[in-house]
Amino acid sequence: MAEGTFGNPEIVEEEVDLLLIGGGMACCGAAYEMMRWIEGTDLKVKLIDKAALDRSGAVAQGLSAINTYLGDNDPADYTRMVANDLMGITRDDLAYDLGRHVDESVHLFEEWGLPIWKTDKDGGRHDGSKRDLPSLKDGGQPVRSGKWQIMINGESYKWIVAEAAKKALGTDNIQERVFIVKLINDKNDPERVSGAIGFSVREHKIYVYKFKACLLAAGGCVNLFRPRSVGEGTGRAWYPVWNAGSTYAMAAEAGAELTMMENRFVPARFKDGYGPVGAWFLLFKAKATNAIGENYMVRNKEMLKDYPPYGLAAVPASCLRNHLMMHEMKEGRGPIYMDTPTALGALAETMSKKEIKHLEAEAWEDFLDMCIGQAGVWAGENIEPEKKASELMPTEPYLLGSHSGCCGIWVSGPTDLGAPKEWSWGYRSMTTIKGLFTAGDGVGASGHKFSSGSHAEGRIAAKAMVKFVLDNKDWTPELDTPVDDLVKEIYTPVKTFLEHKDYSTAIDVNPHYITPKMLQFRLQKIMDEYCAGVATWYQTNAHMLAVCEEKLEMLKEDALKMRAKDLHELLRAWENYHRIITAEAHMKHIQFREESRYPGFYYRKDFDFVDEKNWKCFVNSTYDKKTKKWSLKKVPHVDLVAKPTAT
Amino acid sequence: MPTFVRTEKCDGCKGQDKTACMYICPHNLMKLDKDGSETGHAMKAYNQEPEQCWECYSCVKICPQNAIEARHYADVVPMGASVQPLRGSDSIMWTIKFRNGNVKRFKFPIRTTPEGSIDPYAGKPTAKMEDIDKPGFFDTENEFKGDRSQLICL
Repeated sequence: MAEGTFGNPEIVEEEVDLLLIGGGMACCGAAYEMMRWIEGTDLKVKLIDKAALDRSGAVAQGLSAINTYLGDNDPADYTRMVANDLMGITRDDLAYDLGRHVDESVHLFEEWGLPIWKTDKDGGRHDGSKRDLPSLKDGGQPVRSGKWQIMINGESYKWIVAEAAKKALGTDNIQERVFIVKLINDKNDPERVSGAIGFSVREHKIYVYKFKACLLAAGGCVNLFRPRSVGEGTGRAWYPVWNAGSTYAMAAEAGAELTMMENRFVPARFKDGYGPVGAWFLLFKAKATNAIGENYMVRNKEMLKDYPPYGLAAVPASCLRNHLMMHEMKEGRGPIYMDTPTALGALAETMSKKEIKHLEAEAWEDFLDMCIGQAGVWAGENIEPEKKASELMPTEPYLLGSHSGCCGIWVSGPTDLGAPKEWSWGYRSMTTIKGLFTAGDGVGASGHKFSSGSHAEGRIAAKAMVKFVLDNKDWTPELDTPVDDLVKEIYTPVKTFLEHKDYSTAIDVNPHYITPKMLQFRLQKIMDEYCAGVATWYQTNAHMLAVCEEKLEMLKEDALKMRAKDLHELLRAWENYHRIITAEAHMKHIQFREESRYPGFYYRKDFDFVDEKNWKCFVNSTYDKKTKKWSLKKVPHVDLVAKPTAT
Repeated sequence: MPTFVRTEKCDGCKGQDKTACMYICPHNLMKLDKDGSETGHAMKAYNQEPEQCWECYSCVKICPQNAIEARHYADVVPMGASVQPLRGSDSIMWTIKFRNGNVKRFKFPIRTTPEGSIDPYAGKPTAKMEDIDKPGFFDTENEFKGDRSQLICL
């Protein structure tokens, strides 16, 4: 075929056995595990990344800690922690399975070259440049910032993990800068996927892949709510701005059952830069205070008793910590501060000058490794943490399944942990759609996997995918929709632009189309004002949700009129389409769950309580792409490890 | 805090098809203006959508000419400060200039092995196909730790 042009792309079709969609920690882990299992077979693998593997996904910028490393902890305790932080409704089988696997990925990272802080036998702390201490695998002791977290020098974390994945895959099996936007169901089995389609963001090419199994691990969802900064600062989201809900939207449209899409994460972070607070709380032992210096967790501790047992744990659930913080702000005792001078002063009391210098470097590295923007805010505002406290603020809501959140896709779990038989259907990590697997932010009802857990979960999924493909060796994928129809649909925003661009003299104001940017603003405004965003202090009710529903339906219709004036805008158009589907799922789930399960993350003011009797259950949903309607249901929850109860 | 490209330093990666910053940006923001029609500066890169910049610094760190810097978000941060890295093969140096003129410098390790040296399966066992249904990875050596009596539904 002739070389493509704008509006008339070249079509590239390829058939593989295993397709990996995404390039973050989960797909890198999957690649590493998968390629070992298929040695000696003739199975073909391809990884598709919309960016460049070296710096794609949530770890692109780096990290200053690995938040899940069990070490001597028992996976049962990890399972309990995950459940408590997510207000009791998580899949213990998934959390336990992750907990028993995750350390092996961390050991690989260290072997590949990730510098990990160590504690020597006298209790001294060393960064990862000190080579004469044993590796974690050989009994080396990490620097624990918390029970589950270890400190690293992680500027090149993703670069290192990607190098291993690339070497395992081989560069011929990696396609970068292609954005997959749709999964395609199988012609002979609507409950199965057999293909995926996307486009190059650099060349006029559309890529169609057929496969036997695919791993969909394209991150969580950011910028579906109006962010606190709406100018240049829009991009300074807490989670990566390129996470567009693609995982949830594509899975939903393929018919996969989603779970806990009502869950969201509202991190309380350093204001404006969204810098991490974990090391400040856990490693430097800093306290967060109200404007008059009171520790609001102490002042408001009675409020935690309203939410047993989740408020009564050693570390109360994340949402409840927000709940107490926002109480202070609403009572007029803001701003909230991280009291960095007192914390650093207390640590410095027993330190030499050299040690104090090192402590200062550690505090800055925490930002520079993973949130450089916060260092920029401090430099611009002349904040030196040993001298001046910094404001904290709860952010706009984020949807994700790997950090302190548990929305995502309902997957088949392990069979050896005592889980109900309904939680497993043969292939670990497979969704309710045959051949479609997920990991990382994609897996719902778990959470607290973070970077290491997402890598490990990708590996777990990869192994099951190989098994699935070997069991289906003679099966041939057939797409349920002609490729020409799919191409037409994907390039609709381009066609719309070319058809109508000369109707008005100003390219951005035209009654025949909407720019992806304006469509995103509209989505953010709707979600912010009606679906418990920052505008309403995270509050909503059935009436507001009904308005939200109506407005989102019109927005979804108008999404078909997005324009794309170039390939970059086509990328943004489809990202925003994925955001709308994800937002709709979020709204429907909040509407269905008649309680406020996550106080501090969102409030149903018409059901402003945690209802253990009626709602200690999962909420699962499916989407019908033909009728564009959602169906929701309750799914019973079961504890697989003993946990504290409310009484 | 969007990144920006210094006109006098950028060489468009010497006329290659794509620049280092275009290659690396996770959000597809960096663009080479081949004929100067978009910026007035032919064969130089620019950030085409600054309000979508996560300020991850991937472009800043990879630029062979050190031509890319960040100017902190205009809608949030007072003017005059900068945070600039110099990334080497095993460490990164940071220079932080405050609005008030103070300067801090830090150096942190980034990697303990030479770049490109990873041999992913060296010394690792091959996968045992008979174990494909069991928990564990291809290279899992030990039994899982953990007290299984805590699993109350077994």
